[in-house]
Amino acid sequence: MRAMRAVTVNGVRIDDTFAEAFPMRATGVVITADSAQWARQAAITMTGFATSVIGCGCEAAIDRALSPKETPDGRPGCRVLLFAVSTTELQKQLTGRVGQCVLTSPGSACYAGLNGTETLKLGNALRYFGDGWQISKRFGEKHFWRIPVLDGEFLCEATTGLTKTAVGGGNLLIMAASARRALAAAEAAARAIEKIPDVITPFPGGIARSGSKVGSKYKTLRASTNDAYCPTLRGAVNSALDDDVGSVLEIVIDGLTAAAVAAAMRAGLAAIAKLGAKRGALRVGAGNYGGKLGPHHFRLKELLP
Amino acid sequence: MTARARPLVLTLRARPEQRLDLSPLVPDRLVGMTEAEIAAIELQTTRTRVTVGDAFRLRMGNAEHICIEQACDRLDQIGQGMSDGEIFVDGDVGSQAGRLMTGGRLTIRGNAGPWAASGLRAGIIEITGNGGDHLGGPLAGETVGMRGGVVIVRRNAGARTGDRMRRGTILVEGAAGPWAGSRMIAGTLIARRQVGALPGYLMRRGTLILGDGAEEFSPTFVDCGTHELLALRLLAEFVNQYSKALTTILRRPLRRLAGDMAATGKGEIFTRI
Repeated sequence: MRAMRAVTVNGVRIDDTFAEAFPMRATGVVITADSAQWARQAAITMTGFATSVIGCGCEAAIDRALSPKETPDGRPGCRVLLFAVSTTELQKQLTGRVGQCVLTSPGSACYAGLNGTETLKLGNALRYFGDGWQISKRFGEKHFWRIPVLDGEFLCEATTGLTKTAVGGGNLLIMAASARRALAAAEAAARAIEKIPDVITPFPGGIARSGSKVGSKYKTLRASTNDAYCPTLRGAVNSALDDDVGSVLEIVIDGLTAAAVAAAMRAGLAAIAKLGAKRGALRVGAGNYGGKLGPHHFRLKELLP
Repeated sequence: MTARARPLVLTLRARPEQRLDLSPLVPDRLVGMTEAEIAAIELQTTRTRVTVGDAFRLRMGNAEHICIEQACDRLDQIGQGMSDGEIFVDGDVGSQAGRLMTGGRLTIRGNAGPWAASGLRAGIIEITGNGGDHLGGPLAGETVGMRGGVVIVRRNAGARTGDRMRRGTILVEGAAGPWAGSRMIAGTLIARRQVGALPGYLMRRGTLILGDGAEEFSPTFVDCGTHELLALRLLAEFVNQYSKALTTILRRPLRRLAGDMAATGKGEIFTRI
């Protein structure tokens, strides 16, 4: 079960293995508001309960904060990315989340955050909230909906782009002697990945402590705890952990392209290696299914700093 | 006119004795034609035959860029139906300039006659002088006027500017005549100076932005208060590429009038406070 350890960097053992990732549908929106605080508030609300497609319908998070110069209306903003397994589900999640979390947020506006030949409805789906008072405006190639709301108008672009070549499931398994050191290494990796464009880490703070395997002994569960990486089960199951590992955290990465996911994994690995084994991780691995299920394989050896 | 390609130049020999229909002289049609073929194109609107060669001196060039020199107000339908390329006119033009254009750019360095940009679908029309009456409007019997594109009038526009407009943007850096945006279905019309009486007469939807108000507003428009809307900020960004003068009126709070309540009441006029 244990992967062959190929390389040691700054005391951190890097497994000779790969992360197996899958094609996903993805879209993006830009949320602006009168202040960066309120733009972020709307984005955080919209991306709540969006950690995993297994139970949330989509995976979503803030890609990055945008300065006023980077947004269509010259106000501070955030770019949010959403990933789902089907176009239908992605459309449903987009409409529901923007409608319930961005439309409702004071002073917000919502624009396309992704260019694409294929599109999803944004304002085109939300305009009916205007109850007949909504106003369509086309400025050149751009189409917007103005929806009257209590603080003025909610301005929303009619559509946003859709990509069918996004990649979901890039990951790093961070193994350390203690929970504190595992968290330190995971935080360093998450901070590094935040700077990479076109990717998100959808779990809380970018970190997952409940990595899962496919299936369960219970028929109704699609996923269950990844017992091979649970340190408290080391003696009871066919464990993937060494004797010196006392805690494991996972970083899951979704990206608009395979290259973006690879860049994010590379940045995460570099941050973990820089922190070193004494303060952080003893070992880094990656989750896969033997390479038979997902078309994207990100080999850790090829992503080393 | 861009400097990258030598244009096809048509210089009017003299003011024609009859009105001429210049609708055949569009880049889509002239590209690939020889000088003789172009010279043989008929332009008459009466029984008396007039060809391009009779009315114009030709200097061959890239027909994607057409330059009409010494134009006058007897030249009608310039750029009608143009889908691509560029036409530059030095002088006044007659009626229906740029009618039914679906793309490209028409620049008129002079005044335009009535129904310029009538039924415009896409593309850009710039008139450095005055636009005539019914700018962007439909001809008799048509139900819809301008359906897209951008029209810029550097001076004043005539009566019923944007009549039955369906989509697109009309930018008037001067004033517009009475009934601006009459029977408007949708779209945007901006005028910097005071427009004539009864703007938005029977408009259903659409937006009029009047930097200096109107001689008289219809009582069927109702005051919705003063607002500084994000949509106008985006509109200012869009307008800025065509007219810096008009962006200033969009970057301040404006009074919103909703109407025409004699129609559906879903239109709006923004005007100074």
